[in-house]
Amino acid sequence: MFGYYLDLALRSLKRHRVLTGLMVLSLALGIGACITTTTVLRLLSGDPLPQKSDRLFYAQVDPNAKEGYIAGQTEPPATMTYVDAMFLLHAHRAKRQAAVALTSGKIAPQRANERPFYSDGVQTTADFFGLFDAPFEYGSGWTAADDEGGSRVIVIAGFLNQKLFGGANSVGKTIRMNDHDFRIVGVLKPWSPQPRFYALDLGGHDYGGDGDAMFLPLKTAMDLKMGPQDIECYNAVTDVDNLAAAPCMWLGMWVELPDQAAVADYRTFLANYAKQQVAQGRFSRDETALLDLMGWLRDQQVVPDDVRLQAGLAYGFLLICVLNTVGLLLAKCLRRSREIGVRRALGATRGAIFGQFMVEAGIVGLVGGLLGLGFAELGLFGIRHQPAEYASLAHLDLSMFLFTFVVALVASLIAGLLPAWRACAVAPAPQLKAS
Amino acid sequence: MHFRHILSALGRHRIAVCLLVLEIAFSCAVVCNALFLIGARLDRMHRLTGVDEAHLVEVGVRSVAPGSPEAIMAQTRTDLAALGTIPDVASVSIINQTLFGDSFSGSGVGLSDAPNAPTITVTQYFGNAQLAGTLGLKLVDGRWFKPDEFVSDEQLEGGGATVPVIITRALAEHFFPGQSAAGKVIYAFGTNRVVGVVDRLVQPKDYGPAESYEYAMLFPVNLSYAQGAYLLRVKDASQRDAVIRTALQALKGDGPLRLVSPKNARTLEAARAKYYRNDRAMAWMLVGVCLLLLIVTAVGIGGLASFWVAQRRRQIGIRRAVGATRSDILRYFQTENFLIATLGIVLGMVLAYGLNLVLMLHYELGRLPGWYFPVGAVTLWIIGQLAVLGPALRASHVPPVVATRSV
Repeated sequence: MFGYYLDLALRSLKRHRVLTGLMVLSLALGIGACITTTTVLRLLSGDPLPQKSDRLFYAQVDPNAKEGYIAGQTEPPATMTYVDAMFLLHAHRAKRQAAVALTSGKIAPQRANERPFYSDGVQTTADFFGLFDAPFEYGSGWTAADDEGGSRVIVIAGFLNQKLFGGANSVGKTIRMNDHDFRIVGVLKPWSPQPRFYALDLGGHDYGGDGDAMFLPLKTAMDLKMGPQDIECYNAVTDVDNLAAAPCMWLGMWVELPDQAAVADYRTFLANYAKQQVAQGRFSRDETALLDLMGWLRDQQVVPDDVRLQAGLAYGFLLICVLNTVGLLLAKCLRRSREIGVRRALGATRGAIFGQFMVEAGIVGLVGGLLGLGFAELGLFGIRHQPAEYASLAHLDLSMFLFTFVVALVASLIAGLLPAWRACAVAPAPQLKAS
Repeated sequence: MHFRHILSALGRHRIAVCLLVLEIAFSCAVVCNALFLIGARLDRMHRLTGVDEAHLVEVGVRSVAPGSPEAIMAQTRTDLAALGTIPDVASVSIINQTLFGDSFSGSGVGLSDAPNAPTITVTQYFGNAQLAGTLGLKLVDGRWFKPDEFVSDEQLEGGGATVPVIITRALAEHFFPGQSAAGKVIYAFGTNRVVGVVDRLVQPKDYGPAESYEYAMLFPVNLSYAQGAYLLRVKDASQRDAVIRTALQALKGDGPLRLVSPKNARTLEAARAKYYRNDRAMAWMLVGVCLLLLIVTAVGIGGLASFWVAQRRRQIGIRRAVGATRSDILRYFQTENFLIATLGIVLGMVLAYGLNLVLMLHYELGRLPGWYFPVGAVTLWIIGQLAVLGPALRASHVPPVVATRSV
């Protein structure tokens, strides 16, 4: 039966080529727009560390002055002072913990005749690599003792290793950065989480790139006065170079908490710390926050408003396209009242007529989806040439490919419902009489 | 025209008419709001900076070999002199942060130095005596800095010295509404007396609440090249690229090893274009969606109209046979479309208003100004009439003889 409907549908679609073309085109435009924007939306709201994002938490306290504080409404600042970060770090209340800031440094080339170049880097503490599952090609991270002693050790990214050492095992070798010698202790495999969640609000970009080029101990970077990329001071600063004591916030604090109990414990610990600081007069607000990774991404609005607006617009557009297709399908099926009358008179049931028209709508949907896929590729091509940071990451993957056809089929079947229902309600007798 | 006849004829196609009305209404709602969003983007992109953008170029230099502060400062003076001798350069200065740049430098500023006094974050520009002239700022109150008021970066940030400050008119209005700000005191780096007010100067990049975009302070600070970027004012705007090339050569040819690269040199116009590129992309995308939407709506209207014409061939023939002219038939279909479009537009206005409310709730967006409604309405009326013209013309060419032909 299905084969027969298919045959009938194809014949009918062929008979009204222009009308069919318009239906397919308008459906395809709507689907193309939706798939393009949904791909970008999914890309931006994706989980950068799916295997452990629910165990990673971002801790915040608030050293700002009382002025402007509304209890329960004012959110604590994104970064921490060195004093607070070091207290949390040394308390070892979480399974792993790391303080993070961004930096950049001038790297001297290994070969003569090459020019020095600047690379982005991260200044952090020993747990960083275990905390974020950063994969090592050679060697490993540094130790807590290196943190304390401010050792001149460094972990470099695979691409930097490629550039400097041609990809060979460079552990134990020395590189010169900002005119100081550093011993390489580890080389990472390609690692570039999108977004660069560990450094949101620390300055620099959130998306794109090959990842940070080098990682060095926080204390070492401070000893060498490699300032962080972003710094926010809440009090008059007398000596901004003395970051350890300055009333300035510049560190992001990440902790790994394995289960709910640990999370609750840490929350209490953090709240107690803030209360204690208020009692000592160092803080005037006892607000704290402990968001998990995905919560932190939402809080930081890594998905730009524009992208959500575009997605909303695209779905509105699809709605209008579907309405349009309903209208055209309806026009087409009412025009065939006589044919329906004849089929009904020869014994076709209402269900058969309904099925026939739904098959026709489904074909329009599938062809529309195929064409829509083309439009989506075109749209993503356009996105890739946009100036946004995430632009280069916009690609159609398999799940979106399948999603396209689901959307197309659902949209066309919804569009086909009303016309098919009208078609099967046609009474055969008047149609036959008229001819 | 016989509205009653048209209405009763439309009553026979209630579902199709409802679909058309809905389609037009949704289009109208989306187009009105999209136009509003485009307008908001354009307004944002055309915000003035208060500086003479057409004649400015900036050249950043990064120090590679560390040197003593005195040596860097001496090199800076040499550089400034060298850049000043380039033909077509009217004046040269150093600025701590460039307009449309990546960085933002600011301070909490208040009217009292009490620890808990309320402050707002205001961006701060540091530069030598030539900076105001190079930027092309306009003084509206008070005076410029005197030559003996210029200090070093450390002197200012130490907060001990009482360094004078020039602020923007918007900031003056914020702190001292209705009064002259000249002579008043603000607290940014210790105690700072306002000596002058400039008409307009804005943040290097958007930071904080929208109104603070126009809040800025200017401090008399002699910077070294390592603390900022060279800013050159060109006499003839067409010579900007040539000036950049000459300036890069002059800097490369002189002094210690430094990072002098065309990557860090650009005209302010290029910087503005880059800064607003996301807004431009979004505006074009919205334009594209509006156009596609109108095309899709027109296709829907045209498709249904041509179906109705085909269905009513016989009636049209009868009408022609009993005396209706071609233009009567044409006008019949045009009026019919006008009625449907009007219904759609009325519903669309309500939807547009509702959509605007939703957008206001989720995004930083103002209320849809009233004049967007008639613009949207007229657009859809025109689209409707254009879409129906083809089928209506075809209808008007149906010969009267159709009436007598038995099928």
